[in-house]
Amino acid sequence: MVAFTLRRVLYSVLVLFGVNAVTFVLFFAVNTPDDMARMQLGRRVTAEAIERWKAQQGYDRPLFVNARAPGLGKITDTVFFETTRKAVSLDLGRTNEGRVISEELSHRVVPSAMIALPVLALVVTASVLAGLTLILFRATALERAGVIALVALMSISTLFFIITGQYVFARVMQLMPISGFVSGGSSALFVALPVAVLGLAYLGPEARLFRAVFLEELGKDYVRTARAKGLSEFGVMGHVLRNSLIPIITSSGLLLPVVFTSTIVTETFFTIPGLGSFAIEGITQQDFNIVRAMVFIGSALYIMAFLLTDLAYGWADPRVRLR
Amino acid sequence: MKPVVLWTDAVLFLQFIGALLYGWRVARTPHLAATWSQTFKDPAGAAAATVLAVFVALGLADSVHFRLGLASAPGEAAAYSPVTTSVLDRLLVHQLEGAETSYSQPLATRAFEKRTQVTEQGVVRDYPRLQHAARDLTDPPAQWRTDVLARAAIGIAAGAAAAACLAALAAGWLARRSRIGIVAAARQIVSGRTAYPVRTVLATAAALCVLAGLIASLAVEYHVFGTDRVGNDLLAVVLKSVRTALVIGTMTTLVTLPIAAGLGLAAGYLGGVVDEAIQYVVTVINSIPYVLLIAAGVLILLVYLDTHPDQFPTAAERTDARLFFLCVILGMTTWTDLCRLIRGEVLKLRELDFVQAAHAFGVPAARIMRVHLLPNVMHVILINIVINFSSLVLAEAILSYVGVGVDPSMASFGTLINTARFELGRQPVIWWTLATSFSFMFMLVLSANVFADAVRDAFDPRAARR
Repeated sequence: MVAFTLRRVLYSVLVLFGVNAVTFVLFFAVNTPDDMARMQLGRRVTAEAIERWKAQQGYDRPLFVNARAPGLGKITDTVFFETTRKAVSLDLGRTNEGRVISEELSHRVVPSAMIALPVLALVVTASVLAGLTLILFRATALERAGVIALVALMSISTLFFIITGQYVFARVMQLMPISGFVSGGSSALFVALPVAVLGLAYLGPEARLFRAVFLEELGKDYVRTARAKGLSEFGVMGHVLRNSLIPIITSSGLLLPVVFTSTIVTETFFTIPGLGSFAIEGITQQDFNIVRAMVFIGSALYIMAFLLTDLAYGWADPRVRLR
Repeated sequence: MKPVVLWTDAVLFLQFIGALLYGWRVARTPHLAATWSQTFKDPAGAAAATVLAVFVALGLADSVHFRLGLASAPGEAAAYSPVTTSVLDRLLVHQLEGAETSYSQPLATRAFEKRTQVTEQGVVRDYPRLQHAARDLTDPPAQWRTDVLARAAIGIAAGAAAAACLAALAAGWLARRSRIGIVAAARQIVSGRTAYPVRTVLATAAALCVLAGLIASLAVEYHVFGTDRVGNDLLAVVLKSVRTALVIGTMTTLVTLPIAAGLGLAAGYLGGVVDEAIQYVVTVINSIPYVLLIAAGVLILLVYLDTHPDQFPTAAERTDARLFFLCVILGMTTWTDLCRLIRGEVLKLRELDFVQAAHAFGVPAARIMRVHLLPNVMHVILINIVINFSSLVLAEAILSYVGVGVDPSMASFGTLINTARFELGRQPVIWWTLATSFSFMFMLVLSANVFADAVRDAFDPRAARR
């Protein structure tokens, strides 16, 4: 298993290299370093000021191939190589305004985690419970109504939940602030609505998936055996749940990067100073270092989620061998 | 009149023709016909298909574009209006040209906000009368209720009559087909003893007819869903949003298909280094948060549109090009899921005897993939198309909201919701934009979801999800 983990980590590094290249190409296809300088210094600046800014930020070199440099310098004396080298040494650099990105991230990770982690916990428990309830009442009117409700839930755009949630709970009932964030005790008030909204958004597909998984398990022989031995329906559910762990882990693990992506959208709605709004800031301000840092975090989460789910398989089902 | 074919029009109609050709082929292929009839034998699936058909008809009507001819002196070259309109625009001409100046509530006779007006009694600050609503009423407060009720009754009656005609046609058709009396056929339909759920379809169609009749009858003299900030009739805006949603929901999948199928087949069948390389690309693309990837793509697109204005002479072509390339970008970022699914399916298929036999006979790999593997993963592709449709429509709303979606001037559910957000923050609150876009979008996505379930149950019975 150690070898497995090691190999996966190495592969992750390879993937991160690819992500770095894709981000670089996409970003500099849109912005030239001149555009970035103008964005930062204002529209009316002298050419010298732009050159100075570029030299200061290290953008005064060619992007990919430096034809003028001698020998290996053709590749090493470029913006791409330099930014990549810094990223490899875990130096995410500064924003164009000069803030240190890794410091900024450490402030911003708290609000994001306060949304993402409760959402994960909420979605997984709620959808497993919903799936089990539907199975327990299978072939009744309750199940039909539940299934219809889940499909309807899936058909409503998250935006409606956000907008009506803000309107009903924050504006009309005044239970919580419409948007914003403060750290400390009252922060729960600020994250309650985003968590509820995201939870609702993922409940539909997840609960439906789990219901299907449980249904398939119910048809297996061990369930018949358990019933024949006189196990109560609740006891049977326990067995079913244990045997459905693998699909549950798979889909919950995949939820982690998905939730991260949706916080990008949600945080802008609720003006929460988390990682997501940082990403949007990077895009609108044409700040390469921010965008790259956020893309790195996103892909690192994705890779980590896969690794964690793979490792969790071994725990859930000892027959699974990781090679 | 000068026809204009926008890029998305062409694609939409090609897709429609493609769907018709596919239907023709299905009818000739017994096993496909059996599976598809399974989809339509499911009452929920058939009802959803009925609703979807109406949306598709709306979208197609909004995709026949032309420029109206202008009056020109005889002998001169014919001049055409610079504005591109569609068949749907001509149907909604009263709505599109009867714009007010600002907000008005659904079915209102007066504007929503007070305005200073100069009248014979001097300067008055009051709610002005709407210019294109209830024009024939002399005393709106007293007459409004009876007028609206009368129009609603006429509309419902017309809708009911149309529904009755439809029902009679269905009964007549059934009577001819199974050679029974028309009364017996009607009885079969009512009791639900038909092979296909004719009763459910007729009920859905009847509900749609009544709804359409009601809206159409009221729309003659009122803004049924109110007007937006600049006075545009919301009914027209929301109906035009349907096309945007359809284009995004269908065209994106079309873009993903060749990439996903090609790479998925290659990865699954060839294996080895090819598989590793494709898996690597898939992982890299998947691991980048899709919002950032799409945002980058759209920004590139905007820069291109800005620097090449000569390629897009009219505003309609410009917004259309943005929609077209938005679909391409969405497709380039979402093909990975389908690619994975196809690869997984091919991994199972390649070990089966018929593929092994073909290999042993020396059939080239490309031919094995095309002839033996592709038809056998078609069900995965088909299920993916219908499932993706609704999630793409939902994604469009979010992307337009973040500002990397369709052109802000283009009617779409995303832009509608975007405005609705600020309107809910006003005092007094403006609720009708949200309510209207919600109902239409919900209807579209719900029917798409239900239809997708029916298709999946028919093509992949093992994944019995209901």
